Amino acid sequence: MLLKAEVFRSRNVKILLLAGLLALTFVLFSAGRVLAQDPQPPTDDQVNAVAKELYCPVCENIPLDVCPTQACAQWRELIRLKLSQGWSADEIRTYFAQQYGDRVLAMPPLQGFNWVFYALLGVFLVLAVVVYLRVVRTLRHKTASTQNVTTPAIDPAKDEYLKRVEEELQRREKGS
Amino acid sequence: MELDIENPQEEQTSIRRSLPRWVIILAFVFLLAFLALIGIGLRRVQAGPIVIGQKVPEFSMVTFEGQPKNLSDFKGKVVVLNFWASWCAPCSQEAAELEQAWRYYQPGDQVVFLGVDYTDTEPEALTYLAKYDITYPNAPDLRTRISQMFRITGVPETYVIDQEGKLTYVKKGPFTSLGEIQAVLDNLLK
Repeated sequence: MLLKAEVFRSRNVKILLLAGLLALTFVLFSAGRVLAQDPQPPTDDQVNAVAKELYCPVCENIPLDVCPTQACAQWRELIRLKLSQGWSADEIRTYFAQQYGDRVLAMPPLQGFNWVFYALLGVFLVLAVVVYLRVVRTLRHKTASTQNVTTPAIDPAKDEYLKRVEEELQRREKGS
Repeated sequence: MELDIENPQEEQTSIRRSLPRWVIILAFVFLLAFLALIGIGLRRVQAGPIVIGQKVPEFSMVTFEGQPKNLSDFKGKVVVLNFWASWCAPCSQEAAELEQAWRYYQPGDQVVFLGVDYTDTEPEALTYLAKYDITYPNAPDLRTRISQMFRITGVPETYVIDQEGKLTYVKKGPFTSLGEIQAVLDNLLK
């Protein structure tokens, strides 16, 4: 009888534990769902952080974050909408490039013909460094060579011209 | 050596001489390649728009409803290609006239109206279409390919393509009346 009561109590504890776990799972899922349905709306700063890397083709050379036209305002609202839907900045940039072309991007993507420009930039940089180092080395070499050229020491006693000047000065002093 | 320092030209010559030949050749090769790229870019930029009488190259678009449309689908018909945007105030001035004209010509099945939505956002574009009750096919200008092909200078702009696929009429700015549109199209349907 005692054993039966023990088994019954143990079963009750198990049922309670299971119910507790189920309740906890339900609460966690519900909380998650509430968070997903009611996210914080993106701030202007968040929208502008994405917008400043985009350019509207209608107003050339003006970044989207400071562009005053209605078209740009609509684009910014679209960024806000995409951010609120959980899109990342990269995904939004890709979307804009797909919709309006690569020219809306501040940085052309590293693909296709764009590679040429990036490669050329690198090559010109390397060439510039090579030329700069060469010039610096040549100039240093020349400076060192110039410093090594020493003027010969003049001994007044041996110099004929100085000797004559000295004699002339002495003669004039005696004369006066 | 003293001569080199006193004479900068002599110094520059010696620096130039000190550069390896391959560096100079490489520099020139890349400089020429760079100039060629700039040339290609300039040529592309300065290439004129499609002129009247010229055959319009093939283009395709997918409407907001998801239906693909190709220019070649409308061979033998007059195509009215209208570039617009929801943010463009003058576009709204002609929206009603274009829709009226479309409804006028639709039963005859000789004229097709196509709207190309230029650098617009889809929610606003759909609101615009609903507001003006526009029923002819409209599509976003993906990657601005069609507008670049026609080298539009702004919106609204309307291009009329004849039955042979040649550009016959260009209107920059909004149509002011249904009569203005009819005058252009009736002339082609004679």
